[in-house]
Formats: sequence, C-alpha cells, structure tokens
Amino acid sequence: MLYTILIYESAADTARRDEPAYRASYLAYGKALREAGILRGGAGLQLPETATTVRLAGGKRVVQDGPYADTKEKMGGFYVIEVDDLDKALEWAARCPAVAGEGVVEVRPHLAPFAPG
Amino acid sequence: MIEQVARRSYGRLVALLAARCRDIAAAEDALGEALLAALRQWPADGVPENPEAWLMTAAKRRLVDEARKAGVRARTVLDALDDVDGFPDERLRLLFVCTHPALAPEVQVPLMLQTVLGLTAEAIAAALCVAPRTMGQRLWRAKAKIRDAGVPFEMPGRQEWPARVTTILEAIYAAYGSGWEDGRARELVDEAVYLARLLVSLLPDDPEAKGLLALILFAESRREARRVDGRFVPLDRQDRRRWDAAMIAEAEALLGAAAGQGVLGVYQLEAALQSAHVAGDRAAVIDLYDGLCALAPTLGARVGRAAARLELDPAAALAALDEIERPGDYQPYWVCRGEALRALGRAAESREAFERAIGLSEDAAIRAYLATRASPP
Repeated sequence: MLYTILIYESAADTARRDEPAYRASYLAYGKALREAGILRGGAGLQLPETATTVRLAGGKRVVQDGPYADTKEKMGGFYVIEVDDLDKALEWAARCPAVAGEGVVEVRPHLAPFAPG
Repeated sequence: MIEQVARRSYGRLVALLAARCRDIAAAEDALGEALLAALRQWPADGVPENPEAWLMTAAKRRLVDEARKAGVRARTVLDALDDVDGFPDERLRLLFVCTHPALAPEVQVPLMLQTVLGLTAEAIAAALCVAPRTMGQRLWRAKAKIRDAGVPFEMPGRQEWPARVTTILEAIYAAYGSGWEDGRARELVDEAVYLARLLVSLLPDDPEAKGLLALILFAESRREARRVDGRFVPLDRQDRRRWDAAMIAEAEALLGAAAGQGVLGVYQLEAALQSAHVAGDRAAVIDLYDGLCALAPTLGARVGRAAARLELDPAAALAALDEIERPGDYQPYWVCRGEALRALGRAAESREAFERAIGLSEDAAIRAYLATRASPP
C-alpha cells in the first residue's frame, strides 16, 4: 500500500534547517528508506512563507501570499512510501527526524488510481 | 434454530473472514447475506449437517462475487480465503484489531461489541447512552478506516498488549453489563463469560484478565438469588443457598492467582469487593472502595464508597455523597442517597431521592423494590 508521510516540524527544527546536524538526520532517514526499498518519492519543501495560495472567491480568482493553513508546526516536506500495512507505515513515520524534534508527522493512505472510462 | 447458530457462530465467522480479506464491513455483509440465504433455504431443505461450514461457503462465495465486481481478480481473493478451513478462533485477533490506536478511542469498545459479539448498532447505542445514528456513523467510519488505511489484522507486539487488553476488558465488561438484567440477552452474557475465559487462557500473565473473569463469575453466581418470583432481591437479603458455590470458588481462585501476579488493577479490586461482600466483611468492603477510589475515582466507585458506609454510619455516607458535584442521572447515586436519608429519619427528602431513582430505573422489578423503600419504614 502507498502512504504519504506529511512532515510538520517544530519551530525549533525550522530554525535549525541550515545546521549540519539537521541535514545529516534527514539524509540518514532518506538513506534508510531507500535501502529498505520502500521509498517511492518525496521532497523537502521551502518554508511556509514561500507559499502562495490560489482559489476562487465570488467567482473570481484570488491569489494570496502565505500557506493555506497557519499551523504551529510548519509543513516542511513529505515522503511517499510503499509498505504492507498501516503499522509498517507508522513505524517508519516514527523514525522521521521531525518526530524527535517534537514536531508531528501525518500518515495518509493513497487513493487507488482512478480507472479510466 | 437458525438464530441460535447465528448467535453462537457470528463472532467467530466474522473474525475468520475479516482476518483473511482484511475488510470487516465486507465480511459482515457477506455473512449477513449468507444468513439470509440460510433463512430462505434451511426451512425448505432442512438444516445442513455442518451449519457453520455451509455459512462459511456461502459467505466466501459472496466475498468473491463482490471482489470480482470491484475488479479484483477472483483468484487473489480465493487464495486468501482458501486456508479458511477448520475454524481457528480469530476472535482474539479481531479484538486486538478493534483496539488499534488508529481508531478513534470512543469507537473501539462499540466496534468490538458489534463485530465480535454481534450486537446491533441500536443495542450498543442504548447500552452506552449514545444516539443510534451517531453510533451507526462512528462504526461505519471505523470500518472504513480499517479498510482504507490498511490497519493490519495482526496481533500487536507484546509490549503493546497491556494498553490494548485494557480496552478489550472494557468491551467484555460492557457486554456483560448490558445483558445483566435483560433475560433476552442471556446469550450475550454467555458470550461475555466465554470471551473473558478465552482472554484468561490466552493471557496467562495478565492479572486484570483474571480479575474481570472473577468479577463476572461473582456476579453470575448470584443470578438465581437476585430475582425471586419476578422480584428484585438486594445482595444483603439474598438466599445464599441460591448462590452458585462452584462459580464463587472459581472466582476466589482466580483472585488469588491474580494477586500473585503483582499488578493491582480496577477489575481485581472490583472482584475483591464482591468477595468481601460474599464474606460479609464490611471493613474490607470499605477499605477496598477507598482503594478503588484512589485508583479510579469513577462515579460508580465513589457512590459505592458511600454505600459501603451506609449501614455503620449513614451520616458519613451522606457526607461522601455530598462530595460528588454532579451526580446527574446516575441511578445508584439516588438510591444510595435515599437509603442514607431514610436511615437518618429524613423521610420527605428520602422519598424525593427514591422517586428520582425510580424515574431513572429501566427495570420494573427494581422500580417496585425502590417504591417499597420510598414509603415510611
């Protein structure tokens, strides 16, 4: 089954992004996922301040500066993994450096691909 | 006859099917269809020699059909279902699945009651005082979560058992409690006893599992004495010859074995309370209620603590009740209050409390009994 791991890192972690230790922990995590043969995709994302939203309001397109949700922990990236079941996904999610940094990680199963016709 | 087979086998068959296809809702639907087919065919063709095998075959066929419609290769489903011969008891696995932390806490006990014990959503809603529609939605969502998020049908690692087992014990206790006074729910009580025994045998190192079984056995042992000629008889007035001595002995043995396993818990305390009641040891009852309140100060424990003091010191009992800020609609509180006021000679207030209790009682025999207590001594 495919799962996306959404990373919400703590303010403390966000402040450490340039530190070698922060980067080393994510490099190690990514390596572990790859070596387990379960990594299917993912990316680190720039900070929420760099986000822009697009929506319709009263029929008109509105473009706004900033992220959709202003959360205490900031959405910092995601991984896509393929594992047997939710428990395996949760085990891997728990190892994400954001968790040790007192952030929150969300595990969401993928929809089955839409069949054509 | 069909209803009997259904009741006895439901939980086992759902568990077996669900463990293989990993979809509780689909397993329930398939079994439901199989039961409907049985209702149509068995009166005409006669009950098959092995009714469970018949139901399993019909349910498997149904699952394969549904899977085919959903585009899944029939072979895949059939392979998964193929080793479903003989009837291993997957109910414990199902009970553990229902307590997975991915499921909302308030749905875990209802899910167990529905899938393993076959209670309807309406019955569960009534037992837990939740609106039936809300309960139906919660159950539906929980089963969808299990299927869509891939909650595995595996036993969790040993280190997770203590937390999960606590919830399982809760469900069994709730099932037992909901069948307690209702004669029609006799099978539910038997199921609860069976599952409590199963847990004890499968978890020999768990003292709380023993505590729960002991508690249930104590309560069951007094079944014949609680009701005489349709009248409710309170414990201190029961004919002890009607108590089941064998059950009491077994319960005492379980308590002893649990005590040796070191970790005291709520069920062991409640069972010990029953034991103390049986022995007529009032001092022990008071001490045990104090202990129970220290460990888990639920409304029930706090009212029990007050009731324990009733006979020796009704003023103290009333004081203990007064400490409870929001008794609300908790019937035993009002019964206890009525008794305390009665003992203190405050007749008018006593009658008010008893009337409140009567209004909160569902059972006619209990209401009748309370009415006798409400009138002047």
